[in-house]
Amino acid sequence: MKRKVYLTFPQKLIKEPLIYEVGHKFDVITNIRCASVTEEIGLVGLEFEGESAEIEKATDYLKLKGVKVERVEMNVVE
Amino acid sequence: MSHVDGLKCRECAREYPKGPVNICEFCFGPLEVVYDYGAIGKVLSRELITSRAPNMWRYQELLPLDEPPSVGHDVGFTPLVRADNLARALGVSELYVKNDAVSYPTLSFKDRVVAVAVSKSREFGFDTVACASTGNLANAVAACAASAGLNSYIFIPSDLEQGKVLGTQIYGTHLVAVRGTYDEVNRLCTEIADKYCWAFVNINIRPFYAEGSKAYAFEIAEQLGWRAPQHIVVPMAGGSLITKVHKAFQELAQLGLIDHAETCIYGAQATGCSPIVTAVKHQTDLFKPVKPNTIAKSLAIGNPADGFYAIQTMTQSGGWGEEVTDAEIVEAMKLLAETEGVFTETAGGVTVGVTKKLIEQGRIPRDESIVICITGNGLKTQEALLGKLTEPHLIDAKLTSFETLLMEKEAQV
Repeated sequence: MKRKVYLTFPQKLIKEPLIYEVGHKFDVITNIRCASVTEEIGLVGLEFEGESAEIEKATDYLKLKGVKVERVEMNVVE
Repeated sequence: MSHVDGLKCRECAREYPKGPVNICEFCFGPLEVVYDYGAIGKVLSRELITSRAPNMWRYQELLPLDEPPSVGHDVGFTPLVRADNLARALGVSELYVKNDAVSYPTLSFKDRVVAVAVSKSREFGFDTVACASTGNLANAVAACAASAGLNSYIFIPSDLEQGKVLGTQIYGTHLVAVRGTYDEVNRLCTEIADKYCWAFVNINIRPFYAEGSKAYAFEIAEQLGWRAPQHIVVPMAGGSLITKVHKAFQELAQLGLIDHAETCIYGAQATGCSPIVTAVKHQTDLFKPVKPNTIAKSLAIGNPADGFYAIQTMTQSGGWGEEVTDAEIVEAMKLLAETEGVFTETAGGVTVGVTKKLIEQGRIPRDESIVICITGNGLKTQEALLGKLTEPHLIDAKLTSFETLLMEKEAQV
């Protein structure tokens, strides 16, 4: 399955290769579609591809590191 | 009958053919339906519209179907009530209530978006429709799928009002109540949408679904004698309706069906879930997601998909955003019922309460035309009023018992 997310990197994490890390630690393909990185903040639009459980592990890892992970669709319950 | 060219990203303007997709593959922006307004302008006129049956399909050229609708033929054209009693109570001169509390068939404006979404889903060849809902959408999808003979799966949070649960169950859908926080419910539903190739009306069918809201505003303009109101107050959940109200007035003006569309558009939320209003008040384009805690459950969307565009609609139209507490919502529901005989759900209490506040603040002038959007029916959210209304007078089955009561009441006057 594929999942589109926005990642927000706070200043202290901008230099960390976290997208590379999740691609190696978990069985997911990471595909960057758009990005804006300044000295203060990093915003990345990323598509994960893989099994649902692996994508969950990858997103949990990023959150644990301090990256904000948001589904592109935001809230779908309406 | 189609005048739809395709889909287009609202952010990067990349174009896509018509299909069950909602997100731009390149920049992740939302996709929007693109119409051929030149062709529409050649065929659509006030005369043609008024010659058609009084339902939302009288504006069919501005709705995104390629074929005649296969379901929901009678949806739309709800009353626009001239609300003189409420106007007096609020101290304004020209006030209207657009009353989708009596929308056919499930008593909320969601009938409109779902009629479009389910018809479109059939065009795309889906045999199963689905949604994730706080109630009104669930009711509408279940009813529409039943009448279309489609399979349906509907996901709801486990703490919904009983009226909205029953009003979904009755249609024989596969109803799934999910335990957990709203965030958890959201996460599960997006995972299911990713995995199963169903028509999720508010996810992969969203560009078409959202267009159905425009009919609500088309009707307002027609019912006002082909003019847009000077002010309109719209409830905000995901923020889609308010953007489509704006788009609808703009389209009518572009096609020459109304003279101009300079309506100030105001958004209404409950204090317990007001991320969009908070952003407007702080004059920022970005909103901060919140955890909802309000009796207005149909507006309880903490991270609204169209929040950014809703903010733009309010600020660029000259409108504003305001919020009301749960107590103010209940008072406003009672005010609307007691002045106009309209029983709205909690979301309608939000728009009436916010309208009152905006008038008192001087943001809405007292001598200009105002429309309040009522989008759902009070019978669905009775829990919000339990213990908050005057109890019935209990008497014995004797005339003397009644007359004693009558004397007591007259003495009170």
